[in-house]
Amino acid sequence: MMQFGIFSVGDVTTDPTNGRTPTEHERIKAMVAVALKAEEVGLDVFATGEHHNPPFVPSSPTTMLGYIAARTERLLLSTSTTLITTNDPVKIAEDFAMLQHLADGRVDLMMGRGNTGPVYPWFGQDIRQGIPLAIENYALLHRLWREDTVDWEGRFRTPLQGFTATPRPLDGVPPFVWHGSIRSPEIAEQAAYYGDGFFANNIFWPREHFVRLIDLYRQRYAHYGHGTPEQAVVGLGGQVFMRKNSQDAVREFRPYFDNAPVYGHGPSLEEFTEQTPLTVGSPQEVIEKTLTFRESFGDYQRQLFLMDHAGLPLKTVLEQLDILGEEVVPVLREEFAKGRPAEVPDGPTHEALVARRDTAAPAGTGG
Amino acid sequence: MQRLKLAVVSAGLSRPSSTRLLADRLTEATGERLAQAGRPVDVHAIELRDLATDIANHMVTGFPSAPLREALDAVAGADGVIAVTPVFTASYSGLFKSFFDVLDNTALTGTPVLIAATGGTARHSLALEHALRPLFAYLRAVVVPTAVFAASEDWGAGDAQTEGLPVRVARAGEELAGLMAGRPAAAAAPEEEGVVPFEEQLAALRPR
Repeated sequence: MMQFGIFSVGDVTTDPTNGRTPTEHERIKAMVAVALKAEEVGLDVFATGEHHNPPFVPSSPTTMLGYIAARTERLLLSTSTTLITTNDPVKIAEDFAMLQHLADGRVDLMMGRGNTGPVYPWFGQDIRQGIPLAIENYALLHRLWREDTVDWEGRFRTPLQGFTATPRPLDGVPPFVWHGSIRSPEIAEQAAYYGDGFFANNIFWPREHFVRLIDLYRQRYAHYGHGTPEQAVVGLGGQVFMRKNSQDAVREFRPYFDNAPVYGHGPSLEEFTEQTPLTVGSPQEVIEKTLTFRESFGDYQRQLFLMDHAGLPLKTVLEQLDILGEEVVPVLREEFAKGRPAEVPDGPTHEALVARRDTAAPAGTGG
Repeated sequence: MQRLKLAVVSAGLSRPSSTRLLADRLTEATGERLAQAGRPVDVHAIELRDLATDIANHMVTGFPSAPLREALDAVAGADGVIAVTPVFTASYSGLFKSFFDVLDNTALTGTPVLIAATGGTARHSLALEHALRPLFAYLRAVVVPTAVFAASEDWGAGDAQTEGLPVRVARAGEELAGLMAGRPAAAAAPEEEGVVPFEEQLAALRPR
């Protein structure tokens, strides 16, 4: 089974149609409302970004996800991304293990380096060391979740002697980890080495670029002996705006697109739609465009949509989620299941990871 | 023998443009010298005016459109480059600079480059030396010694103190052709993303 969900950047953006800017409080509550709606309409995943500068609100993802966990039953809680460069890996190990217990295993996370230069010095790091930080910090995090007692020494953090990260992961199985990247082959290589998932946030860049990056990940995943290239765990982004009639969607979304913080005042909506996964149109058009992802990237495990962005009001976002959950995702589930080879893995869950651990090591030797 | 590739970047804005005219003269001079040396050359002419919106969009989105990608690839894959800009406000035009801003900063490493500029008066001619030459030095290109400036009057007689424009064009073309002809055959562009095996990345971080 593929997993479908949404990811939020958590930006506070003025609605360009009426000049209204939500308060931080309103935006935080809106993110929660969007997450609860995701579960209500039958989506599988909610992921939040992590940012440490205005106009973004989600500086403290596990606090937010813990609150959402308490108010949901099925929804998988994730991140997009967790900053492996500037967070202490010890604190990531602790925070997400705690969240994993509280959410009864409905947790995974996506590692990212972040793209805001000043965050590095604000957290005492050097942006020129971005890739080495991502590599060393994750190597430590990986051990902290798998070894009860860790002796460790590295370049970027004080050494650890006889350290045990608490709580230990739920059922002795760490949360599944994705590695997110827009342009770095090093991160695809890192994901492949560990047999972790690779999430290509393809929402702004053309398809060809990500075809190369995902192919590299799949080849290296097989190289490291985790399975065939087709068994590698791939996640993709997307962004959509839908109305029953295509022209209505374009008319309503255009002012939001034209003023969006990331790509506004640049290419036209039409150019951007042609070059990136953005789809503005009818639910059927979204279905058709999303189905092309499989042709480009192979059968994959997780599809996340960016829905609450560009200053769209909460009411509109909730309507979009209704359409996504009722008209789009059910068809995508059915269509993506057709012709999907049996050996292609499902989207990762805690239960599946526990089962795999128990199959691989019946003597209970663990990870 | 393998054909050489010459990319010609012209940032002229008017049509017809004296910047393009100068670029064409330099292309001819270079091509003639290469032909004499028995090295045929394929010319890829790039008019930045046609890519102005694409360049601005690349700045905003971080990725190039297909036509801009083709132009950037042509420059990166060339055995030699002729780069010609009008002088605006004592320097290269913003469009010219923006094109090289979105070019990968290693794309011109070791590539011979002939720089040239046009302007209304010869008083702007040192813009080549104080603006264009450092730009290409930063990109680690090999800039030929003769940089060609064409003021409006140069298209007529020029002045008595300077060699005429045709002489300077010929000398610059000869210099570029010499560097291009002397280059080893260009290696095919690498097909695979170069990736350092993960064990090496990890090992590089182990405390020593």
